[in-house]
Amino acid sequence: MLREKALAAGSPCCFESGHMESFTPIASTVGGLLIGLAAAGLLMFHGRIAGISGIAGGIFRRQEGDIAWRIMFLVGLLAAGAGWSYFRPDDYVFGIERSTTALVVAGLLVGVGTQLGSGCTSGHGVCGIGRLSKRSTVATGTFMLTAAITVFIVNELLGGAV
Amino acid sequence: MKVKIGAFLGGLLFGVGLAIAGMTQPAKIVGFFDFFGSWDPSLAFVMLGATAVYTPVYRWAVRTWQRPIWAPAFSLPTRQDVDWRLLTGSAVFGVGWGLGGYCPGPAFTSLGARSREAFIFGAAMLVGVAAYQLFMKAREGRSGGTADQQAAAMIDG
Repeated sequence: MLREKALAAGSPCCFESGHMESFTPIASTVGGLLIGLAAAGLLMFHGRIAGISGIAGGIFRRQEGDIAWRIMFLVGLLAAGAGWSYFRPDDYVFGIERSTTALVVAGLLVGVGTQLGSGCTSGHGVCGIGRLSKRSTVATGTFMLTAAITVFIVNELLGGAV
Repeated sequence: MKVKIGAFLGGLLFGVGLAIAGMTQPAKIVGFFDFFGSWDPSLAFVMLGATAVYTPVYRWAVRTWQRPIWAPAFSLPTRQDVDWRLLTGSAVFGVGWGLGGYCPGPAFTSLGARSREAFIFGAAMLVGVAAYQLFMKAREGRSGGTADQQAAAMIDG
């Protein structure tokens, strides 16, 4: 693979991405617990499912009295990124090679796909599976599969950059 | 007011969790799906950690509480059927996730971290979300009501 060759050659661009790909079971479990805690809090206090795509999509539907909490949740997400990145900027390193066009296409697909499929990693993958929902389990299996196929194509057939 | 502050704190905790978990590093996301390269199983631990907390709390709260603490009722998904929208939408989302390395939560919180890539991806994502929702709304308007209420309601998550 291109990336591994670059890594072996000590290229500064890809040394970083190689570092980022290291396995982090403890940090990932701790992060997962916090995500679960936040989602549980939104359920216990607001009675809502903590699905980011659903929270964002609801803003555009503009139902009375249903907007403020959505915006505040997203502002909280933004504030977390602003605050946390001040101390740990490495946690937000992109680490892969993608053109602006690829990022735009990817963003559009995620935007439309999550609305049509009524959920994303948080709504289907965490809350839905946590609720033992058949729909969410099927949705999670589907987006995991197409993500894996996409990564296979990009990494193995296109050399890791697109 | 407490509802808004609570939602803000929820988003804040969620965002910190995403960063600690490694979800805001697209290289780690791509690494999880890179079974034929250097596979990084970290994402599985994120899902395990999150569902380990969420599943028991959900079962306990929904079975034994009359209502959530600050709201008159739980707003929970009711659908059971797997339809073409769910499958197609999820498939499209997965392609975007694998291509860009961000799902919606990490994209938002990385915007706050002033990531250039998250800004480009996030702007396009918001255009996609808005376009879909406004299109559905316009369609409902023409047909004089929520013609396709099930598809319109973003209740799975």
